Amino acid sequence: MTKTVTDVICPFCGTLCDDLEVVVSDDGKQLLEVYNACVIGTEKFLHSQSKDRVTRPRLHQDDGTWKEISYDEAVEYSAQMLAKAKKPLMFGWSSTNCEAQSVGNEIAELTRACCDNTAATCHGTSLIAIQDIGLPSCTLGEIKNRADRVIFWGCNPAHAHPRHMSRYSIFPRGFFTSKGQMSRKMVVVDPRVTDTAKMADVHLQIEQGKDYELLNALRVAFKGEWLPDVVAGIPKEKIREVADMMKSGRFGIIFFGMGVTQSLGKNHNIDEAIAVTKDLNEYTKFSIMPMRGHYNVTGSGEVFAWQFGFPYSVDLTRGFARYNPGDTSTIDLLVRGEVDAMFTIGSDPGAHFPISAVQQIAKVPSVCVDPHLTPTTGVSKLHVPVAFNGVEVGGNCYRMDNVPIDCRKVVEPPEGMLTDEQFLIKVRDRVRQLKGVA
Amino acid sequence: METVTITMKNLPALYLEADNVSPDAFAGKTAAQIGDLHVYEGNVTSTLGKYFEISGNAGATAADTKIIVKGDVKKVKYLGFKMSAGELVVEGNTDQYAGGWMKGGKMLVKGNVEAFAGTAMKGGELTIEGNAGNYLGAAYRGDWRGMSGGKILVKGNAGSDIGMYMLGGEMIINGNVDVHVCTHAEGGKVIIKGNAKTKVGGQMVDGTIYVFGTIDVMMPGFKPAGELELEVEGVKAKFAHYIGDTGERHKKKKGQVVYGNLYKKI
Amino acid sequence: MSEYIIKNGNVFDPVQGIKGDKADIAIKAGKIVDKVGSGAKVIDAKGKTVMAGAVEIHAHIAGPKVNMGRIYRPEDKLFTCTPTKGMERMGGGASIPTTFKTGYEYAKMGYTTAMEAAMPPLFSRHVHEEIRDTPIIDEGAFPVFGNNWFVLEYLKNKEVENTAAYIAWLIRATKGYAVKVVNPGGTEAWAWGLNCLSVNDPVPYFDITPAEIVTGLIEANEYLGLPHSLHIHPNNLGNPGCYETTLDTLRLTEGYKAKNKFGREQVMHLTHTQFHSYGGTNWGDFESKAKEVTDYVNKSKNITIDTGNVTLDETTTMTADGPFEHHLTGLNHLKWANIDVELETGSGVVPYIYSPNISVCAIQWAIGLEVALMMKDPMRCYITTDHPNAGPFTRYPRVIKWLMSAKAREAQVNAFKHKDKVLSQTSIGTLDREISLYELAQMTRAGPAKSLGLASMCGGLKPGMDADVAVYNFNPDKPVANPDDIEKAFSRCAHVFKSGVEVVTNGEIVSNGHKRTLWVNVKAKENPQVMRDINEKFLKYYSMTQANYESLGHHFVPNPFAVEVDATQG
Repeated sequence: MTKTVTDVICPFCGTLCDDLEVVVSDDGKQLLEVYNACVIGTEKFLHSQSKDRVTRPRLHQDDGTWKEISYDEAVEYSAQMLAKAKKPLMFGWSSTNCEAQSVGNEIAELTRACCDNTAATCHGTSLIAIQDIGLPSCTLGEIKNRADRVIFWGCNPAHAHPRHMSRYSIFPRGFFTSKGQMSRKMVVVDPRVTDTAKMADVHLQIEQGKDYELLNALRVAFKGEWLPDVVAGIPKEKIREVADMMKSGRFGIIFFGMGVTQSLGKNHNIDEAIAVTKDLNEYTKFSIMPMRGHYNVTGSGEVFAWQFGFPYSVDLTRGFARYNPGDTSTIDLLVRGEVDAMFTIGSDPGAHFPISAVQQIAKVPSVCVDPHLTPTTGVSKLHVPVAFNGVEVGGNCYRMDNVPIDCRKVVEPPEGMLTDEQFLIKVRDRVRQLKGVA
Repeated sequence: METVTITMKNLPALYLEADNVSPDAFAGKTAAQIGDLHVYEGNVTSTLGKYFEISGNAGATAADTKIIVKGDVKKVKYLGFKMSAGELVVEGNTDQYAGGWMKGGKMLVKGNVEAFAGTAMKGGELTIEGNAGNYLGAAYRGDWRGMSGGKILVKGNAGSDIGMYMLGGEMIINGNVDVHVCTHAEGGKVIIKGNAKTKVGGQMVDGTIYVFGTIDVMMPGFKPAGELELEVEGVKAKFAHYIGDTGERHKKKKGQVVYGNLYKKI
Repeated sequence: MSEYIIKNGNVFDPVQGIKGDKADIAIKAGKIVDKVGSGAKVIDAKGKTVMAGAVEIHAHIAGPKVNMGRIYRPEDKLFTCTPTKGMERMGGGASIPTTFKTGYEYAKMGYTTAMEAAMPPLFSRHVHEEIRDTPIIDEGAFPVFGNNWFVLEYLKNKEVENTAAYIAWLIRATKGYAVKVVNPGGTEAWAWGLNCLSVNDPVPYFDITPAEIVTGLIEANEYLGLPHSLHIHPNNLGNPGCYETTLDTLRLTEGYKAKNKFGREQVMHLTHTQFHSYGGTNWGDFESKAKEVTDYVNKSKNITIDTGNVTLDETTTMTADGPFEHHLTGLNHLKWANIDVELETGSGVVPYIYSPNISVCAIQWAIGLEVALMMKDPMRCYITTDHPNAGPFTRYPRVIKWLMSAKAREAQVNAFKHKDKVLSQTSIGTLDREISLYELAQMTRAGPAKSLGLASMCGGLKPGMDADVAVYNFNPDKPVANPDDIEKAFSRCAHVFKSGVEVVTNGEIVSNGHKRTLWVNVKAKENPQVMRDINEKFLKYYSMTQANYESLGHHFVPNPFAVEVDATQG
């Protein structure tokens, strides 16, 4: 016999769909089917059932082999490593829940570590821009109910956030948008002809590395000022046409992603995009929203912020919080040889970081907490597998629009496996002993 | 003026944070007392004396104090932090935040500096004989009040994001600069004797930029405003004048809109 | 549990009418008691001032816009963070403190209960996570209703009972405390870039006026008999001449009487009154209308207010009055954050510098003090800074200094660059009233507790009440040599007890106590129509399912304290 768990939240991307239905065995130990999720989400749930799953910690030996050790031994290794280091780095946090993030913060404070999340290679530049110029934004339901101008700038939701357009941004028939996609005009700005671009009413095939210039040109166009003939490969007439299309809407939204956050300009691209949005509010209603990648990178930023004051790249080494990406950010810390221990959780820097940074992870004592075998677990000294968040344990997460949704547990983890939070609590308690703190 | 010489003798395994290496922190102290000032290597609080050989006593005040830093300080951050008077000479390359939050006095680096040199400078002189990294003379994250006074001279090249949110003061770069010059500036003067790349003067409200060399791509928000003869830093030449950023907000003075000015040598 | 006897202090307790008598306060098992045994720990309060723990009726300390403020203002923390120290977690944030710092700073000043002024219901989990992470002080949060689609639709049809049923459902689902209204109708208009600047401006599409929203919510609130009244931030905040809108809003209370079992007597609490007491037509002829507003409140016993005092600091404004924040960024060009919330509300955040060299800021400062000094009944006027909007709550001791010392006020007036304008545009120069300690206790303890419907629990030192006690190093028998001594004394308590646990000793945190989340478990009559409307809106318009919206597990509210309300018989 089976049972169906409803209102399940998908723990993969920042879209954080919460309408999934998961069919599990009656004893709650097997996950059988997933409904309503996209292909990626479905796989997130189903692959947790793999028979070859690593279920116990493994310590890298000098001869290159891996030896299975107990969770208690893993706790000891991790606590010793963090407590002894002069500048440990605790990175990741984006694929785990807020409860675990909070315990991680306790450990970082006790050990005077640097702590950072995946925004460092993703929307950290958006956060820098928000810090420089602000953020006129809204929740996703506002888009669903009101938006008639939708711009995707430097992102490809058809691939990266597959249900975004059907749940929120293009197709839904909302309160004031009863004609669904017919209520909306869609603009895509992307050098590539992506699947998202193919759907657009206007596709600006922008010259790479010139987003800042094109955004500037839009602001110039709003004010009716002089423009050069071509900006970023787009003729000025087209720029003015798009500017007018934006101004003529009732409610517009700009969604943006790595195409602008991690290409030339970085935070300045986002800064100018936010300036465009702010300018448009003189004429109509406009908002802007980052397409957050990991399902709880936003949550990590929120928890860091209310506990330490900064959303990522937080340096606690002096006993109080400091922040300055370029100094306190993970890639820089690694590449410059600033840290002497690395604790990775809920992310895979080995797959995403420049190779010179990954080489550093291999050089220093390192722990990687992850249910999978990844490039990061490969270069770390200790691999601690844990239960899948949002599948085998619940916990609070924050969607790309900062809305908090409490993920559910749908199935039991493999026998004897710990959750992130449980493992971190043990590490914290051991660190307290080592530091002589109550 | 009294001179204190500190010479690196014990290289840190990681990096050092030397917030206390400034005339203000040394003032009124003997060499021994200076040796007891805190320096930080990661989360370990140590003393300057553990890493540096220290000779000479400081003057009674910051203004009476000169510091010479010798040896390998490539991994030492915050030299000259918040200094308000006196002199500091670094005889080689150093790391981030050189002269950060300076209010006065003179700092000279006979080598290169990394990012964040001269952050939020309020006064004084910062001279870098080598190259400067990114964010030279820029504001701290989130602060709309950047460099507001003082003078920075870089004899080599500078990185990206120089003069971000600049309000006042002056910067001269003898070499080239990377992208993003004077973004969001609301005052101040920057002279680039070499070449610039792109994104020069983006979102500028006010201020002045001179570029003697090339600009690869102009921001669309900079409108051509004629040509004129100018004398800049002893050089007399014809400059193309641009006003901008026309996409940004601007103040009015006597009914006239006040733009930022960009002069490119022809 | 421990027993304590706080001996020989000068006690100020409006609940029992004690006006500075030397008396002992006994604590046992978390409560104030008549007496304790000889084994009780003795706290020497000789020469000191003893009051109940203070009650913060309105501050923005937990939730999405507060955290947006933290995230987007790293400069608010530059060079001012405090390190981990003993049992204190590290802290930071001059105008928007981190949650740990928030709890510690309130406690060190003798505050033991605080209300988060505006909770967007969709974000209740976020608000509660921050409340949970704020040590020591009991906290509650006010969900916002004034721009909520259900409320707009029901009240357009004058369906008060349905509105009440919806309010009850939402307060239970979000573990909220009261009915908060911010810029009624105007923030829904702002979702289209518009606003409602008077009580008669209809809301686009919903076609209901702010006046109708406010009166409908007053009726629904009294129908339910909630512990607190409607708590309102009226339309037109912060604009010269806005006092007219304020008076129009206050007049909506006429004829209404409070109905509840908690001793609450008001039907409306007007918040941060300073921002709503402006005259003039532009920033040039900007003037105070504190007298006009307080005259009205003085004669209307069914209204309570809090002040919203300007502290003359660089701070951060944040409010659910989204259009106001957009207007403010247009004035000062500082970074603007905005969060519109589907079906419910909106919010905005903009930094602001109240400079003593700017005449408008100086006049705002004066107005806040005028409001407090012109209010005749201290039990109906409470001290706040609308933290962080008019200033950080850590400045309460400075506000207290200004209220208790005419000399301190005069010194500040003399220090203003545009002193003459301050004197011509306000009456601050004519007010020589000095708030007494007893009145201070009314304005910061007994009064707000009563307004919140918590009078039986806190705000006083009567046996049976919670043992929330603050002991200040302030000797009422000694004349004040320097007004700055008042500020110093009220900044750091000698002792603070929260629910009978000593949490502060000599200005330092010694225990986290067992903070509670206060919420109102209001049960209303079954209403299938409203439940069906709720189901339908979740299905069609919300971006979250109803089950997930209602999900507020134990890990969010680990130590709940429910104030029970039975409105099923109404």
